[in-house]
Amino acid sequence: MTSSAVSPPVSANRTAESHDGKRPLLSLRGVTKRFPLVLANDHIDLDIYAGEIHALLGENGAGKSTLMKILYGFYRADAGSLALEGRPVQIHSPADARKLGLGMLFQDFSLIPALSVAENIALFLQDVGPVVDLRQVERRIEAFAARYRLQVRANVKVSELSLGEQQKVEILKLLLSGARILILDEPTRVLAPHEVTALLEVLVGLRSDGYAIILITHKIKEVLACADRITILRGGRVAGAMLRAEADEKKLIACMFGREMPDVTRRPRSVTAETPHPVLELRAVSTRAEGAATSLKEINLAIYPGEIVGVAGISGNGQRELGDLVLGMISCAQGEKFLFGKPAGRLSIRQARREGVAFIPENPLAMASVPFMTVLENIALTRPWRYARRGGLTLDWAAIRRDALAGLEKMAYQLPLYAPARTLSGGNLQRMVIVRELGLGPRLILASYVTRGLDVQSAVAAQQALLDARGAGAGVLLISEDLEELFALSDRLIVLYEGRIVGTFRPEETDAYQVGYLMTGAGGAHDSRR
Amino acid sequence: MTAAVDRTRRERRLNRRIADAALRYLLMLLLALGLFGVILLLSGKNPLHAYADILRATLGSTYGFSEVLVAMTPMLITAMAVALPSRVGLINVGVEGQLYMGACLATWGALTFIDLPAWALLPLMVLLGMIGGAAWAFVPGYLKAIGLVNETITSLLLNSVAPKVVSFFIFGFWHGPMDTNKTANFVSAARLPTFFGTRVDLSLIFALALLVLFWYVMRYSRWGLEMRAIGGNPQAALRNGIPLKAYQVGIMCLGGAIAGLAGMALVSGYFGLLLANFSSGIGYMGFLISWLSFGDPLGVLLVSFLVSVITTGGNLLQLTQGLPYAAINILLALALYIVLARPTFVRGAK
Repeated sequence: MTSSAVSPPVSANRTAESHDGKRPLLSLRGVTKRFPLVLANDHIDLDIYAGEIHALLGENGAGKSTLMKILYGFYRADAGSLALEGRPVQIHSPADARKLGLGMLFQDFSLIPALSVAENIALFLQDVGPVVDLRQVERRIEAFAARYRLQVRANVKVSELSLGEQQKVEILKLLLSGARILILDEPTRVLAPHEVTALLEVLVGLRSDGYAIILITHKIKEVLACADRITILRGGRVAGAMLRAEADEKKLIACMFGREMPDVTRRPRSVTAETPHPVLELRAVSTRAEGAATSLKEINLAIYPGEIVGVAGISGNGQRELGDLVLGMISCAQGEKFLFGKPAGRLSIRQARREGVAFIPENPLAMASVPFMTVLENIALTRPWRYARRGGLTLDWAAIRRDALAGLEKMAYQLPLYAPARTLSGGNLQRMVIVRELGLGPRLILASYVTRGLDVQSAVAAQQALLDARGAGAGVLLISEDLEELFALSDRLIVLYEGRIVGTFRPEETDAYQVGYLMTGAGGAHDSRR
Repeated sequence: MTAAVDRTRRERRLNRRIADAALRYLLMLLLALGLFGVILLLSGKNPLHAYADILRATLGSTYGFSEVLVAMTPMLITAMAVALPSRVGLINVGVEGQLYMGACLATWGALTFIDLPAWALLPLMVLLGMIGGAAWAFVPGYLKAIGLVNETITSLLLNSVAPKVVSFFIFGFWHGPMDTNKTANFVSAARLPTFFGTRVDLSLIFALALLVLFWYVMRYSRWGLEMRAIGGNPQAALRNGIPLKAYQVGIMCLGGAIAGLAGMALVSGYFGLLLANFSSGIGYMGFLISWLSFGDPLGVLLVSFLVSVITTGGNLLQLTQGLPYAAINILLALALYIVLARPTFVRGAK
């Protein structure tokens, strides 16, 4: 099919043949992809049919994105095969994928803000000649737009469009270029609720015209609203595959998070609630977010000394913002923040750190370390006042080294102290940050995904360090996606969904199922405070 | 792993890096000279003769060498006025303007406090020059820190304002009895002392001292650590509690102060008076040198020296080879392009 001849496909024939017993349009067999520390895809089989919406459901890190990147030619699979309409195919690059009729809608759009909608689309098309006939492109846009409710103003600059409109442009781009299989990577993440409904309607329209749609998501409601076929990934494997008719909320959640209950070990709380001041208190705090960030809404939270409060949630639901808010990177648009019993709305990050706030961010390379500086320099960075001598003219490197070695010994970690941070593996980088932040008796620890990238032994050491800090009277805000970890460590558990606290639990009165239910936005709020 | 093993490994790594860098620079220099040689050949000159002339005129005599130092001094200072802000990720294109404002304020001091002795007047002029430059740099630095405007553009635009301000004062109030475009000669107390009967003056010492100070602070001090962190990863620096905005404003002002010092040095040393449009782009030359040496103090020294040799020697080429002075600009431009393009065969492993 040459793309110049593309027009909306005629509906009848393809829709008819897509059901029961028909040949899949695209099939993956035994696709396997291994990254240095993780088996991202483990023998995945997947069949995509024309005229169907196929939902690919799973937590972050379940392997959805890797699988789709293999399909779109960004990664090469280590093993496995692909077949299009029964013929084996090789996809080495996104260009190959496009030739075969695959189109991918990325989470971050690839439009050029300064160009108009028509110009952006013309850029993407292969068949536009050296002289761009924008009128012709506009006519083609209109043909598709009218058919699939994707109306956009073709001569308006992209910078003037809302995110929802930009997404329409992205979809049009794929349609005009002749894609028959559309891969949508978490398309509703950036959309307002009414835009979500509109998008789902667009997808239904495309389905009835014979397009195959792969919808990557972790929102169960959307899956149940429009999918025909559902494949659930967990830990890089297919955890379940079913037709819409066989699926319900309960089944999907069980599949997504695993049926097994986390092994809960109870320990008595070290400090009782009579302690006068919480180390952290947020009173009805809301923040204002820009771009794709999540804004926090009406957050009420108090952490007392000697307490670990776990934050459950699928990443991107406000966890990063919550950590940054407490640290002081972003300020409260509404509400009040207290640290160690004192108002802290205008406290600088340095002051907060001097007061004893430790911060282990979700991304140690981007948010915590300076790549070309050595491990020792990176460790000195958090408390330069502690090591400055002669008013700052020199630094006491022996003291920095002593602190670092003491921290490493306590955790039983090993690190090359003089290697630049950028040469460290992800695990070592995480170890560096943990040693730095937990080293000197913090009073409030903001820890995100502490054990990410660590081997079992190191992970246990990190968790033990958090428990030790709790025993010493520190408050801990523990953000994690690992429910097992949250259940094992937390004294209380809150669930974040779209920037809101949708559940507050004591771990012993709930289970992974109930928490997972709230994490995916599938239920009303639950509250059992303190 | 013991400290000793760690240290030797570290030293070996450092030595290898320095050797790599030296080799890379040498290759790039040879490439530039080779290309310029082709241009000379095409215009019917013998490139070897031309290069020999440059060397003889600059390094072949005491006078020639002293002239190289005279040309190098303001380049060194202005290069540092760019290199320092570049370490925290700020691009200070406004050195030219900051230099004019420094010269302007220093001149005001020289013309106002004529009765002061040199030991009081010169430090005062240094201070005034630095204040003038810092004030001019505060504007872009502050606007950047509050997230309004990029410092690159604002500092560049202010460059066309500053010479007009200077001209306003010269033509309006300060011009001497004979000329309208310059002040009267400064009193001798307002002149920087020179050495050995050459035109080399005290500002060379300022420049070298600044260079050492810059290197020391970046390498050993607490502020150097914090600045390197900001330059390396501003997001991480912020989350580690380093006051990013204060540094942005402060370092931009400090860069401006250094540029102002260069302005003071020029009027008090080289010229001995304030002349309208006196600089002829020394601020931009400093910008170029700083980026050619990637903000490294030793690199700044070497590149400034090299550029001074080329420009000083270039003057002579007009006489001996009958080449226009613009020919030297071609050589400088070639060197710049080669360093910035960093051809793959000299780039080395990352």
